Amino acid sequence: MAPSYDNLPIDDDFDESEIDFSDLQEQYEVRLEEGLDAFVVLDGLPRVPEDSKAKLQKYVIRKLTEAAKPREDGFFMPTNDEGMTEGFAFVEFGSPAEAAAAVKKCHGVPLDKRHNMAVNKLTDIERYGGGGRIEDEYTPPTIQPFEQKEHLRSWLGDVDGRDQMVMYRGDKVGVFWNEKEDAPENVVDREHWTDFFVQWSPLGTYLTSLHGQGVQLWGGKSWHRQKRFAHPGVNLVDYSPNEKYLVTWSHRPLQVDENHPVPTLSLEEDGKNYIIWDIATGKPLRSFVTLDVPSSQMDDAGQPIKKKMQWPTFKWSSDDKYVARMTQGQSISVYETPRMNLLEKTSIKIEGVMDFEWAPALPRRDGVKTYEQLFCYWTPELGSNPAKVGLMSVPSKEVVRTRNLFNVSDAKLHWQSEAAYVCVKVDRHSKSKKSLATNLEIFRVREKGVPVEVVEAIKETVINFAWEPKGNRFVLITTGEIPAAGVAVPPKTSVSFFAPERTKSGIPGNFHHVRTVDKKNSNAIFWSPKGRFVVVATLQSQQSFDLDFWDLSFEKSKEEKDKDSDKDLMCSLQLMNTGDHYGVTDVEWDPTGRYVATVASAFRHGMENGYHIYDFKGTLLREEPVERFKQFLWRPRPATLLSKEEQSEIRRNLRNYSRIFDEQDLAKKNTANRAVVEARRRQLEEWLAWRERAIEEVREDEEDMGIDHSEEEKKEQEEERKGEEIEEVVEEIIDETEEVA
Amino acid sequence: MRPILLSGHERALTQVKYNSDGDIIFSVSKDHVICAWFSANGERLGTYHGHQGALWTVDVDSRTTLLASGGADNTLRLWEVKSGKLLKTWDFPTAIKRVEFSPDGTQLLAVMEKRSGHLGAIHVFDVNPDPEGEQTNEQSLRIVCDESKATVAGFSYLAKYIIAGHEDGSVTKYDAKSGEILHNIQVHEDDMQITDLQWAPDRTYFITSSKDKTAKLVSTNELEVLKSYTTDTPLNSAAITPVKDYVILGGGQAAMDVTTTSARQGKFEARFYHKIFMEEIGRVRGHFGPLNYVAVHPKGTGYCSGGEDGYVRVHHFDKPYFDFMYEVEREQAQASL
Repeated sequence: MAPSYDNLPIDDDFDESEIDFSDLQEQYEVRLEEGLDAFVVLDGLPRVPEDSKAKLQKYVIRKLTEAAKPREDGFFMPTNDEGMTEGFAFVEFGSPAEAAAAVKKCHGVPLDKRHNMAVNKLTDIERYGGGGRIEDEYTPPTIQPFEQKEHLRSWLGDVDGRDQMVMYRGDKVGVFWNEKEDAPENVVDREHWTDFFVQWSPLGTYLTSLHGQGVQLWGGKSWHRQKRFAHPGVNLVDYSPNEKYLVTWSHRPLQVDENHPVPTLSLEEDGKNYIIWDIATGKPLRSFVTLDVPSSQMDDAGQPIKKKMQWPTFKWSSDDKYVARMTQGQSISVYETPRMNLLEKTSIKIEGVMDFEWAPALPRRDGVKTYEQLFCYWTPELGSNPAKVGLMSVPSKEVVRTRNLFNVSDAKLHWQSEAAYVCVKVDRHSKSKKSLATNLEIFRVREKGVPVEVVEAIKETVINFAWEPKGNRFVLITTGEIPAAGVAVPPKTSVSFFAPERTKSGIPGNFHHVRTVDKKNSNAIFWSPKGRFVVVATLQSQQSFDLDFWDLSFEKSKEEKDKDSDKDLMCSLQLMNTGDHYGVTDVEWDPTGRYVATVASAFRHGMENGYHIYDFKGTLLREEPVERFKQFLWRPRPATLLSKEEQSEIRRNLRNYSRIFDEQDLAKKNTANRAVVEARRRQLEEWLAWRERAIEEVREDEEDMGIDHSEEEKKEQEEERKGEEIEEVVEEIIDETEEVA
Repeated sequence: MRPILLSGHERALTQVKYNSDGDIIFSVSKDHVICAWFSANGERLGTYHGHQGALWTVDVDSRTTLLASGGADNTLRLWEVKSGKLLKTWDFPTAIKRVEFSPDGTQLLAVMEKRSGHLGAIHVFDVNPDPEGEQTNEQSLRIVCDESKATVAGFSYLAKYIIAGHEDGSVTKYDAKSGEILHNIQVHEDDMQITDLQWAPDRTYFITSSKDKTAKLVSTNELEVLKSYTTDTPLNSAAITPVKDYVILGGGQAAMDVTTTSARQGKFEARFYHKIFMEEIGRVRGHFGPLNYVAVHPKGTGYCSGGEDGYVRVHHFDKPYFDFMYEVEREQAQASL
């Protein structure tokens, strides 16, 4: 019988007073209002003789009044036998709230060069210092012995060089090895591992889980928790590129005070939305409040429309050294890590600034030897001043290049992954502001004087643009009309490929249009992280779910090459394959550029959730429908440790390597096939054995009931000999006449 | 495998049945009429009129002389197959959801729906196999399902047991003589209704389909789940094919949800799984509503499906269907030659 209230065991001879619950009492001790909450203790005051006491008192009261005014006669500074003050004082305020304000504002305030005033609540002094809680003798803290931690990058040592991915489905989060067409091999699978979503750190070291209380990082071979960052109500997380720092954001300002203590956070964080953390120590570096983006538009009710917040708000330079935030229309604040102080103590004033982006790699400008980071920004037309795009160098804060633009309605900044180019996509309106056209202004960052090349004559609106990673080609998607939100049938789009001219010197020449594929529905571009291959997809559409796999360096046969019209361009375009994944919402390249996963996520819709895995050529390897499938994220890899020479060496000998890999794959497949066949053979044998038993049982039962089948069987055999006759009436139309009334 | 489309019904099909020779198909639908068809060419042989409400179920005895039907008019009716004559009507307080003859045709069971004031029950009648003879008024056995109502039921081999599938996803084995519960197991997920129960030719095992998107092969004697077939859609029906070791599963998005999902979403396909290896081997498209019932020709030469779309589709299997074999099956076949 299960224990319930009715049948609890009765212990009559049990003495409740014997239970020792002092530990619980201590833990849950309620702090009563002691009536002393309005008192504070001042400490660290200078010791002065009796006659200067009044002067000091006046001075200190003036300091305190900045936060809250103490009560009349509420100041008591004891003196010792020699008439000297003791360096401390007691102050009474009108209310506990005022006392708290004084503590918050005046604690640690310098009085003069040698004296910093310490302001503490009287009750706190009692609580932490009273009752022998502080030992008189100093005992040095014990330092924990060193403990070897698990290697956080152990997954990179996989013998088969497989990649990992995390899958969030239903309430379960699991990490798996990619097994191509076979079911992924599970590494770890946990229920309710995250409350909202999961995210990899940029180098794949940590898996991030989000909870109502904050953020947790997981990693290592056994997937232990590595770090925990308390940020109640956290909504979004962003890492610095080298995983040194973490930014957490909540739309709700933090509430940190005595009644709502949060581990590792101090009163400093109260009221803030952003916290920037040092991942190594797990401590907050600095916190910020959300800046409201000024909005000029009004909705129907006359209320200003809240613009969508830009995420990430705090943008990192490629080496984690700087983090910057823009105050739209006014300035950019650049902070230096790890001290998080404003660079040269001031924000950079840029009137009208709309957007900025850091160079995603260390820029190597022609003729610049010193260390610098670059960011690109743009400002709209202000009065009679034209719109501007600028490149600023940090830490010098020098504008190294600007360009004026006219009739700009919007601009987007796109850096190439190695910071060799930055493309500014400028949406321009005609004088009448009726039609839109797009200009691409490409800054060649590495060339002398940062020349700007304009790719013009795109009559249509560009809705998407993407550089080839580590390359110099780009793809863009245009549409004739601007897609309005909520329209059932989005307008047709065109996909255009651009590549630089082949020049004799080998330096990429001017950018030229390669080909446009029109009458498409595509709206998203996904380059392989290694370049060359690109997937152009149609996401979040009701009707179309195309996936086009393109190769931009296709090796054509000699004849084709001669016929080719764009042979002077650094591009040889070929559509390798097309796919179709119903309800696709996300496309994810694995970090090696070997596989592409497409996802129909339950975050977006509930239809046929699951994922597909393709190889880079667009061959479907695996499809798996999973109920309430939410996320599929490949684990990123850190940059390779091989030098350029080693890499090209491998590329040269690829044939030898691939032979070995093919053999391994074949062997693996053979063993797997053997196992499947073996399992089937066993199933078949078991089945046949069971059938024999079952038939025997029926026979026995029949005998028990005295049924004899021999005669029936004879009859059946006879019938079978006769066979089945089918009579079919065939109607044949001999003549057909139609009468017209 | 070009299907024959039987378009004689005006509303959703609820059950289709082959007779024991497989030459006639009986179909019932919500339009109150029972139809009989030649399975070979799809010609309509005749209809049986009399029911005053939607029909849920039909069955024919092993000699194709008697036909039983039940429906929402709260009656169970017995017909002469040959003449279409109504032989007997039994009245009930609620609808009849499933009828089935015993293997020898001397008994008939009817599953009665649960409704306000009436518990679901299984009624068993002794049937006079002679169509000219008198039929009894009184049931020979009544099994009341007080835990969870029965949705489907049938006689085991030799009419030894009555096996019933319930609304809560469990299967119960009753003694067919006393009505005593011998065994009850949770075959499908909790509270996932069992939608169909069909027998293997010798009735030593059967297949159940459920809203939990799976079908299970269960042994009659031990009530042990032998095989499990997992799909991605709620199932309405499942059948075991003779000759080849396959099962056919039919289902699709529930009828009431269909309008909110695209046709692609509906998954209105008949799915073929290998009975022993539990792997899907093929699908047959065609219906544009969920499949409410699939039935297999007793000689294993074809199957037919009745859909919510009001059509019966009759398929005759092609040669590749019979030729298809797994490697291990081929080995086995050669070894036993």
